Amino acid sequence: MYKNIIISSGLHMMLIFVATLSLPFLIKKPIDLPPIISVELIQITDQTSIPFAPKAKKIIEKVKKKQEKLVSEQAPPKKVKKEKPDAIPLPKEKKEIVKKIEEKKQNPEKIEDEVKQVSEFEKDEMFDPNSIAALIDKSKEEQAETTKKLDKVTQSQDPSMKLSGLTLSEEDALKAQIFGCWSIPLGLPYDKNLLVRIKLKLKPDGSVIKTEILDHARMNKPGQAFYKVLAESALRAIQLCQPLRVPTTGYERWKDLQLNFDAREMLEG
Amino acid sequence: MKIKIKIFFIALLILFPFKSLALIEVDITRGNLSPLPLAVSPLSSDKDDQQALQKELDIKDLGLEISKIVENNLKKSGLFNPLNKDAFLQKPDIAHLKPRFEDWSLIKAQALITGKVNFEDDKLRVEFRLWDVLAGKEMLALAFTTVPKNWRRVGHIISDKVYERLTGEKGYFDTRIIYVSEKGPKTQRIKKLAIMDQDGFNTKYLTLGNELVLTPRFNPTNQMVTYLSYFKNLPRVYLLDIETGMQEVVGDFPGMTFAPRFSPNGKKIIMSFAMDGNSDIYTMDLENRIVERITNHPSIDTSPSYSPDGKYIAFNSDRSGYQQIYVMKSDGSKVKRISFGKGLYGTPVWSPRGDLIAFTKLHKGKFYIGVMRTDGKGERLLTENYYQEAPSWSPNGRVLIFYRETKTDSKGEGFSAKLWSIDLTGYNERLVDTETDASDPSWSSLLSN
Repeated sequence: MYKNIIISSGLHMMLIFVATLSLPFLIKKPIDLPPIISVELIQITDQTSIPFAPKAKKIIEKVKKKQEKLVSEQAPPKKVKKEKPDAIPLPKEKKEIVKKIEEKKQNPEKIEDEVKQVSEFEKDEMFDPNSIAALIDKSKEEQAETTKKLDKVTQSQDPSMKLSGLTLSEEDALKAQIFGCWSIPLGLPYDKNLLVRIKLKLKPDGSVIKTEILDHARMNKPGQAFYKVLAESALRAIQLCQPLRVPTTGYERWKDLQLNFDAREMLEG
Repeated sequence: MKIKIKIFFIALLILFPFKSLALIEVDITRGNLSPLPLAVSPLSSDKDDQQALQKELDIKDLGLEISKIVENNLKKSGLFNPLNKDAFLQKPDIAHLKPRFEDWSLIKAQALITGKVNFEDDKLRVEFRLWDVLAGKEMLALAFTTVPKNWRRVGHIISDKVYERLTGEKGYFDTRIIYVSEKGPKTQRIKKLAIMDQDGFNTKYLTLGNELVLTPRFNPTNQMVTYLSYFKNLPRVYLLDIETGMQEVVGDFPGMTFAPRFSPNGKKIIMSFAMDGNSDIYTMDLENRIVERITNHPSIDTSPSYSPDGKYIAFNSDRSGYQQIYVMKSDGSKVKRISFGKGLYGTPVWSPRGDLIAFTKLHKGKFYIGVMRTDGKGERLLTENYYQEAPSWSPNGRVLIFYRETKTDSKGEGFSAKLWSIDLTGYNERLVDTETDASDPSWSSLLSN
């Protein structure tokens, strides 16, 4: 009898424990947690202001030191000053604790990256454009690496991001790009089921490594000329558009992508 | 014990929820509706061949001329945008063997047509290739051999093949149009039967203009034409063999017959027969000359048109009080009204695809050419004008040709009748070139299948 009561109460305790851990409204959030930054905003800034890579930054700094004398009046603020706005204004002891938590949840490199971004914008006007242009190739490679590191953190940390999809702004950016490239074959019938699904394998810069039409067998079947025409037009659109306008972060998330081309809406008018 | 294990696993699942890593799907439902940019490179030819062909046809560069035909056809379809030849970076002879796709994508071409013209044993040999510039691959390669005089048809056949490969539906360029050629003032028009290529070239007159001719219609085999003319001052349906020029009156009816059209297999003629103020629809078998009455109603039933499978007939009738479109079975049973819009509906023509019926509509003093589905739903008016009628389908069911008349001014001048074409989108409306004024066009089926 007592045994059963003990088991029952034990299970109840376990359930309460599990519920406490898994149900978010039961967890008391610390008040001083940094506000959640919406993914859309991050994506837009990433797209409109691509940060320089660490290597590029080092070279830029060297160039900057050389030119410091000439442009002393326009010299950028010191690094310490720039870190201040991003740092949490807490006493030293508390700051250490916060840092430990951040190591688990937040990506320290991301913060560094944002710092770079600010400084580089200020520096932008001061450098010889030729020297920057020479770094573009390298910066792309570096950027890809950094984004790989970053995306793990942003996915798990930001609840506004879909676990297995693109954000609205990412999807809209990609759609808008392909809309412009896709010449819909105007002779297609609007009343037939013509949906072409193409699976893509992408590089981090959005260029296409491989395309695969999922219903490929249908292309060569007799009486499926319209499907073939639509599939070919979709492939042309992908070729014309590449590199695709993919997010700068989260490569693992979108390295495999499926595009569903459906012209019915347009053809029906 | 088992319960404990189960509970343990449930707890484990709640504590460590799995993330689903499904493939990201993006739906692309919009695109660019502008015509596909393509490059038609002049067809290359050796100097010797070029000289020989110049002697034969009095054309300096036949390859260039054929490419112009292809370009013109594709442009008129409204689906393609042929790029200016001045922008081409690669010479025709090299482009035909292996195009430098970068050069062609640089000028924004998505497809490329190259070709070669040879003159061997008094025969013209034309080969062409269609390339996908962006994919960098060949899409189609064909060669034709014919007598040199047929060079325009070669251009049309190439256009058809390219059109079919890029749109998925058959082309309509290697076709002819029969129409009524008109000359003179409105009150004294001289009307002749004329036939021409769909691009307005090679016009030939089939009658002399002594008698009034109306509503010519092609037989599906293209050898025969049926039309309306006058015999003993009565309008009668005639049959004309284009090859031999032989004419005959269809049947011996006591009244007038009009609005003829062939059945899809070409074995019957369907027409209206009017007597004592009543008009009904009849068919006549061309082999055994047996006449069959299809409708029997005191109203005026006319303008019959078969569905492509021959199972149904569309016609117009005023049995409801106003002229409307009806559909019935080919034996005359199950008559069903399909047009219910405001205004008068006439000249229904069943699309070769079988999905639509084209018609002329008169509403508030204006004439419209439109299409509706075979059940009468989805009516779309494609074009509106002062006076226009007699739509005829292109063989692929994508374009309609019709004629349009202009108003005469106060002096009785300024009248004209011209052929126009419009595609199903309603945007691609074009004047069809004819030597004279023209009316009552009928589009043939493809000459080469």
